[in-house]
Amino acid sequence: MFKRLTIGLRLVGHRVIDRIWRFGSATRFFMYTLVLSGESLRRFHLTIREIYFTGVLSLIIILVSALFVGMVLGLQGYNTLQKYGSSEAIGVLVALSLVRELGPVVTALLFAGRAGTAITAEIGLMKATEQLSAMEMMAVNPIARVVAPRFWAGVISMPLLAALFSMVGVFGGFLVAVPLLGIDDGAFWSQMQANVDFREDIVNGVIKSFVFGVTCTIIALFEGYDAPPTAEGVSRATTRTVVNSSLAVLALDFVMTSFMIGV
Amino acid sequence: MNDNLVEINDLSFAYNSRLLHKGINMRFPRGKVVAIMGGSGSGKTTLLRLIGGQLKPTQGEVRVDGHVVHEQSRDEIYRMRRKMGMLFQFGALFTDLSVYDNVAFPMREHTNLPESIIRDLVLLKLNAVGLRGARDLMPAELSGGMARRVALARTVALDPAIIMYDEPFAGLDPISMGVIVNLIRSLNDALGATSIVVTHDVHETFSFVDYVYFVSAGVVVAEGTPEDLRASEMPFVHQFVHGEADGPVPFHYAAPDYRQDMLRGVNV
Amino acid sequence: MDRTTLDLWVGIFVAAGVAAMIGLAMKVGNLTSSNLGVTYTLHAEYENIGGLKVRAPVKSAGVVVGRVADIHFNDQTKEAEVTLNIDTRYHFDRDTIAPIYTSGLLGEQFISLQPGGGEDNLKNGDKIGKVQNALVLEDLIGKFLTNKASESNDKDKKAE
Repeated sequence: MFKRLTIGLRLVGHRVIDRIWRFGSATRFFMYTLVLSGESLRRFHLTIREIYFTGVLSLIIILVSALFVGMVLGLQGYNTLQKYGSSEAIGVLVALSLVRELGPVVTALLFAGRAGTAITAEIGLMKATEQLSAMEMMAVNPIARVVAPRFWAGVISMPLLAALFSMVGVFGGFLVAVPLLGIDDGAFWSQMQANVDFREDIVNGVIKSFVFGVTCTIIALFEGYDAPPTAEGVSRATTRTVVNSSLAVLALDFVMTSFMIGV
Repeated sequence: MNDNLVEINDLSFAYNSRLLHKGINMRFPRGKVVAIMGGSGSGKTTLLRLIGGQLKPTQGEVRVDGHVVHEQSRDEIYRMRRKMGMLFQFGALFTDLSVYDNVAFPMREHTNLPESIIRDLVLLKLNAVGLRGARDLMPAELSGGMARRVALARTVALDPAIIMYDEPFAGLDPISMGVIVNLIRSLNDALGATSIVVTHDVHETFSFVDYVYFVSAGVVVAEGTPEDLRASEMPFVHQFVHGEADGPVPFHYAAPDYRQDMLRGVNV
Repeated sequence: MDRTTLDLWVGIFVAAGVAAMIGLAMKVGNLTSSNLGVTYTLHAEYENIGGLKVRAPVKSAGVVVGRVADIHFNDQTKEAEVTLNIDTRYHFDRDTIAPIYTSGLLGEQFISLQPGGGEDNLKNGDKIGKVQNALVLEDLIGKFLTNKASESNDKDKKAE
């Protein structure tokens, strides 16, 4: 009985230490990436290339999801607001939910699934096929040449994607509210504009998506770089990218929201 | 000037507290092709990484051109690597770049040459390995032997003084193998470089190298020219050269007595 | 992929993203309307501000003329000190009343400025003399209930 307890405790301890250790090495990896970012910014076409793979190729999923999320928000919001006789406030509801929360958060989750996994798999495979080692032996630092451009591409892409998500989402809400449910066009926009604040809502949303961009990209890169160089290792790393990014995004969202609202 | 471009002195290396090398001494003279041979898992590839400064020895030292590798700063190691080329086991071509861009990669990273000169140099290198016509292909479209040749062209792109080959023959058909053998020898002599070949293919290797080190259980068990070794009566060398299943290198991984092991499962 | 097509796509993506950000700021947010330009400040003291918040609108005749810049508690007077930023284009006289109203029954609270017809205009840093506290729903219900109670008491007395 006592022996079993110690084994259990040891397992817990081992896991905790392991997590902390990984978190530490991820932080070092992040710092290292920042320090070695000079080249990816000087030779900016390296970063542009990666913006294509992370940003442009994520556009379809982001835009389509945004349209549907906006339309659902419109329908659900109308249903509830109608009970209180304030269905004109639907524009406010759609815009605020999108700009403050759904835009940055859902974009980050989709980004982790679409671009994050691609980054992890790519870097993991480059490691497994010794491409990173080969680069090192050619006196080219893989963090500067491979990791940093992808990092900046992610950081640049995420706020742009989130802004597009919010904009298309608002348009989706508009499509449901105005032509379909017959809410007044003017009331929809004016209520929205009166209640969505530039600094409190829009700027805060952009700050969130920037932070999510840094988080999701660095997690994807780290998991790929840290993956055991086998097929199984890479596939596990890909799964970890999605799980860790999602958890990190949701937790950070709570922390940032509580700071922004000022609890 | 020292005759040996690379020297390994009393080198020990432990991986996860398991001692992989125990006091290894090797000499790699300028202009020669030297082979490091040994069974799978005897730490041959690790030796190359130690020479390239990717790993730090637990004890002893590796000297490249007189400098102790692990005492160099990061920048100095990177500068040193520019004079090295390493051919990885499966080529390690960059899968997102074409054949042309793969060979151009080291030139673009380390020189400021205009694109027209880079083009000439890339075609020169590709021509040397006979793949000038394949420059627009992607690595995924190449056969194993072709990929190895492209990787070789990339390895020698900056005319290195030291060329290291990690299992250059693994998984190749006899024709490709012959091609690679010829290329290693001719590139070495044309560039005046020093080549280190890590391999376990006895017959191909003995046909073109100048000197051979046999590594087993973390120590150099035999060394000499191919002729010496072929005539050697040492049990290990004999087993290796003739490919016998059992001998000084046991067929069985260390295990308890077979009879005892089988009986343990039976409830007597 | 060809470098130029790649650059083109990235260019389109970045331009669309930036346009979406500007669009959000202009069309969805109130960047255009909330920019008051040059402002001057007025002060007002309330016994109770209810749910008034910083950046709440200051309206006159229903038009936004400024915003609440700061709210804090004055320990000496035990009252709430509210600072208002008013657009310099608009002027209010010394008899102006500044009640706190609620838009709708449960909406946000704002300060209304109702001109009184005095001679001099309020200047930067002046204090608005006449204020009216926020209507607190609980007080209102409380008052209503006591009124009802006293009414029914009266009725009972008459019936006796």
